[in-house]
Amino acid sequence: MDRKIRVLVAKPGLDGHDRGARVVAAALKDAGMEVIYTGLHQTPEMIVEAALQEDADVVALSILSGSHMSHFPRVKELLDAAGAADVLITGGGIIPEEDMKTLEAGGIGRLFGPGTDTREVVKYIREEVEARRGR
Amino acid sequence: MENAAQARSAILDAVIPRTGGAWRVGLTGPPGAGKSSLLEEIVLAYRGRGKTVGVAAVDPTSPFTGGALLGDRIRMARAGADAGVFIRSLGSRGSRGGLSAQTEAVLDLLDAFGKDLVFVETLGVGQMELDVAESAYTTVVVLVPESGDGIQAMKAGLMEIGDIFLVNKCDHEGAGALEMELRAALELGAEREGWRPPVIQTSAIEGRGIEEAVEAIESHRAHLSADGRLSELRRRVLERRIRAEVDERARQVFWRDPERRARLEEGLAKLLAGSLGFEESVRALLPEEPGGEDS
Repeated sequence: MDRKIRVLVAKPGLDGHDRGARVVAAALKDAGMEVIYTGLHQTPEMIVEAALQEDADVVALSILSGSHMSHFPRVKELLDAAGAADVLITGGGIIPEEDMKTLEAGGIGRLFGPGTDTREVVKYIREEVEARRGR
Repeated sequence: MENAAQARSAILDAVIPRTGGAWRVGLTGPPGAGKSSLLEEIVLAYRGRGKTVGVAAVDPTSPFTGGALLGDRIRMARAGADAGVFIRSLGSRGSRGGLSAQTEAVLDLLDAFGKDLVFVETLGVGQMELDVAESAYTTVVVLVPESGDGIQAMKAGLMEIGDIFLVNKCDHEGAGALEMELRAALELGAEREGWRPPVIQTSAIEGRGIEEAVEAIESHRAHLSADGRLSELRRRVLERRIRAEVDERARQVFWRDPERRARLEEGLAKLLAGSLGFEESVRALLPEEPGGEDS
C-alpha cells in the first residue's frame, strides 16, 4: 500500500492572512494528501512539536510578514535537533528571490511566491517526498 | 494494505500487553458542534488535575481523492503546546474496517505510552465513526441547539451510544429546550446497567460546564470500574477488533483468487444477458455450505 503523504501547513508569526495557506492546503488535499492545518500565530516550537506528533513528511510554512529569514532556519534547526532532518521544509509567501536562494542553500526546500500554480506545489512535494522515502 | 495490516498487528503484539492504564473517552457529535474546542477545555481541565492526555482526532477522508484536511489542531492550539498532551490527527481513509483498526491502534499506543487519559474525537456520522467512539470506555456525545432537535440525534444513532450528553454552545437560543428533549428521550430509554446518562450544558468559549463534564466522566469511570463491567467491555471491544481484522483479511484472500474473479465476470455477463439469476450468480462464487447453518 502506498503511504499517504502527510503535510503540516502552518502560519508562523503575527500576520493574520491565511488565504494563501488555505488555498495550498485545499490543493494538497485534492491531490490525495493528508493535510494537517494548524492555523495562525504558530511559534517554530509549536510547529515542530506538531510535526513530530503528526509524523509529517512535509512542513509547509506560509509567511507574509517578512520574518522568513528567522522562521525557516529556526524550524529546520529544531527539526534537526529532534532527529527529524528528513522532513521536507517548504513554503511560500512574500519572499525576495535572493532570500529564497539563501534559504534553499541552507537546506530549506523550494519556496514559492505569489501567483504560483498550485499544481506546481503538488508536483514538487510529491516528487521530493518520494525521493526522500526512497533513500 | 494487507502488509500494512499485518505490520500493525505485529506492533500491537508488543503494545497491547502494556495497555490498560489509560481511561479511554470517545467524543462524537455532528459537524460544527464545537467538539474540538470543548475537548481542548476538557483536556486542559485534566491537565490542571495533573493528568497526562493523548488525543486521536479523526476527520473525514475525501472518498473522491483520498485526501483529507485535518483541522482539529486549529481548535486545540493551547493543548497542543502543552508537553503533557499528545495529539494525533487521522484521516478516516475510507477503507472498510480501516478507520477502526487504525484509530484503535493509535489509542493503544497512547495508552501504552502511559497517558492517564486517551480521547478519540470523531464525527458522529456513519457506523464506523460510531464504532470508534463506542470502543472507548466512556462515550461523550456533543450536541448544539443548531444541530436540530432530539429526534435528529435519535436518527443519527447518538442517543444509544452516549454515556454523557453535552449541550454545547449553551449560550445559544434553544439550549434549554434541547436539554429537556434529551432528558425526556433518555427517560424513555432503558436504564443501562444502573447508569443514567447525565445531560450537561457547556460553553467552550465561556468555560461553562467543563468541570461538571470532567466530573461526569469520572463518575462514569467509577461506575464502570465497579463489579467487572470494565473487563467485560474490554473483552467485547477486543472481540470486535479481532473479528473486524479477520473479516478484512478473509475478504482480501477471497477476492485475490483469479479463478474466482473470472467466475464473477462470467456470472455478470450471464446476469446481464438474463440467463442467470442474482441469487445464482452470488452462490456461484461462494463455497458450498456444509450444514447450511449460519453463524
